[in-house]
Amino acid sequence: MNWMSLHRRLERNTGLLIFGILVVSSIGGMVQLLPIVSDDSHAHPAAGLAVYSALELEGRDIYIRESCGTCHTQQIRPLLAEVKRYGPYSGAGEFAYDRPFLWGSKRTGPDLHRIGGRYSDTWHRLHLLDPRAVVPESIMPAYPWLERNAADRGGSIQARLQTLVKLGHPYSAEDIAAAPAALAGKTELDAVVAYLQSMGRHPQATVHP
Amino acid sequence: MSTIHYEDRVVTAFTYCAVFWALVGMVAGVYVAAELVWPTIDFGLPQLSFGRLRTAHTNLVLFGFGVSALIGTAFYSVQRTSHVRLFAPGLAWAVFYAWQAAIVLGAASILAGWNAGKEYAELEWPFDIAITLAWVGFAVVFFGTIATRKIESIYISNWFYGALIIVVAMLHIVNSLALPATLGKSYSLFAGAQDAVVQWWYGHNAVGFLLTGGFLGMLYYFLPKQAEQPIWSYRLSIVAFWAFVYTYIWAGPHHLHYHAIPEWLQSLGMVMSLILLAPSWATMVNGIMTVSGAAKKLKTDPALKFIVLALAFYGLATFEGPMLAIKSVNVFSHFTEWTIGHVHSGALGWNALITFGTFYFLVPRLAGRPLYSARLANIHFWLALAGTMLYILAMWGAGVSQGVLWLSLDELGEVRFSFNEVMAAMRPYYILRFIAGLLFLAGAVLMAWNLAKTFAGRQTVVAMPPAIAAGVRA
Repeated sequence: MNWMSLHRRLERNTGLLIFGILVVSSIGGMVQLLPIVSDDSHAHPAAGLAVYSALELEGRDIYIRESCGTCHTQQIRPLLAEVKRYGPYSGAGEFAYDRPFLWGSKRTGPDLHRIGGRYSDTWHRLHLLDPRAVVPESIMPAYPWLERNAADRGGSIQARLQTLVKLGHPYSAEDIAAAPAALAGKTELDAVVAYLQSMGRHPQATVHP
Repeated sequence: MSTIHYEDRVVTAFTYCAVFWALVGMVAGVYVAAELVWPTIDFGLPQLSFGRLRTAHTNLVLFGFGVSALIGTAFYSVQRTSHVRLFAPGLAWAVFYAWQAAIVLGAASILAGWNAGKEYAELEWPFDIAITLAWVGFAVVFFGTIATRKIESIYISNWFYGALIIVVAMLHIVNSLALPATLGKSYSLFAGAQDAVVQWWYGHNAVGFLLTGGFLGMLYYFLPKQAEQPIWSYRLSIVAFWAFVYTYIWAGPHHLHYHAIPEWLQSLGMVMSLILLAPSWATMVNGIMTVSGAAKKLKTDPALKFIVLALAFYGLATFEGPMLAIKSVNVFSHFTEWTIGHVHSGALGWNALITFGTFYFLVPRLAGRPLYSARLANIHFWLALAGTMLYILAMWGAGVSQGVLWLSLDELGEVRFSFNEVMAAMRPYYILRFIAGLLFLAGAVLMAWNLAKTFAGRQTVVAMPPAIAAGVRA
């Protein structure tokens, strides 16, 4: 058979085999990734979407540090039950300043994309420090150290904002200059609560059902 | 008569470490399973907190246990299928030390709070660079051995190990692209929906080429060896290999059904996931037909029993995957415990079991003496089977319940159950899963003991290529 003799050449030549695997395995990725990554509309901020404030960004980075996304999604699917339970479904433009994205893959706890404004700051504080004090059946861990730690312990908030500027986030020089003062005297708990309250409170949300 | 001998000490070192990381990673897994039942057993310590410890668990079992086992068995089998000593043994040792250091420090960094925030790619940028360098070393040793081989054809197992090396390198480099802000913090080069598509191209194919492709390399060498039968169909191997390499990479978007990414991408991901069933099962058929000639040995030999059971779970998981990729099924299964069950039917049933079987084959050969106890290995077999089955069944029950209850609406069109009601109903399933994990871990502890006793009385083994005439390269 012809293709068998063709394959014989391939399996006797190390370089040819490496090249073959590289080419054959690249096709799918190129067809799927290139149109998405090269099309700015998928990363275009929805009208009125604001960048995270210094305190919210600190809260988001703590959310990542504690792997909150292991149990909480940030993606409301366009299904009636989900929209009823969590609010308007998620749109791509709402995540333009999310590096990395935190959509998650598992809902051990509820979705958080539209958690902002649903509960008071006080509720969030009590809940983060002792979840079972406000939700008796909760299996969420308590995060007592958030209250003990000052926000931005590493003193890196300006370096982080400058990195995001390089990636195209519209922070002004004044924003960056004012960031350390905005975090002064705040705890990590303040930062996480600020982040949670910022989530999903976006004009585009009102367009959907 | 050949005077070269194989470099097997580095294989032994990888085997030791793989067993060690299996135990550490599974202990972490059982602990996080317990935390979902008794949420206060983190004692208020950030390092024991569920989010960090679960992330450490996946990294330890995937990259500590899984990859150590893959590199070790690749180094063992590539020498024997090439009839030459490992190319650049010094570099092979450097890969060993670099990889183990990356696992120790990487797990510590996650527990300390360094986290890039992308699933199965949580290690921060200094580790991403270190891993890339170690991986290049692995590639040089592996392909260098193949390039200097004495056998005319490159054996099938090496195609799969080769695909593992090449494709995982490609995925890891693209998905890890980020701009560092500090030593322990970077921001992804991609944002939002674009980041999601890149991440699941990586995430799905890390499963594809590491947990499927890499371990198929293990299967293609160690199954025929232990069954003492040639591979049933060489032609089927060729078709299955190239179809696997081509098709797998397309299936990633099924992780993003009904998410804020384009519809065409979701549909394409679903269709290609369904097509993927064909090459997956082609390999399973090839494996089962290979073993069908060794029915007698299958009754008594623990190593072969593990490998064949692993093949059955491979068939189950690669059937379940395409089914879960169908949008109308995924609408129920997505975000639920069913996903966790599916992962573990692959990770426990397929990856761990085939590795255990391979180690029961490998360690007596490395130690130069028979396995310490075949009886203990048989007990391990039943513990592993019981643990895997209980795990999968518990997560099926939990996942289907969540899927149905979350989407259930009452006569007024409102959600019927609060989230907390459904969450509270998961407790019995979480208890069962914890017990399942304990059973599986107990089996792994027996294996570690058994292998350690086998190694304890080891002889110096010098393995050489056999003298053969046919098929040798000039």
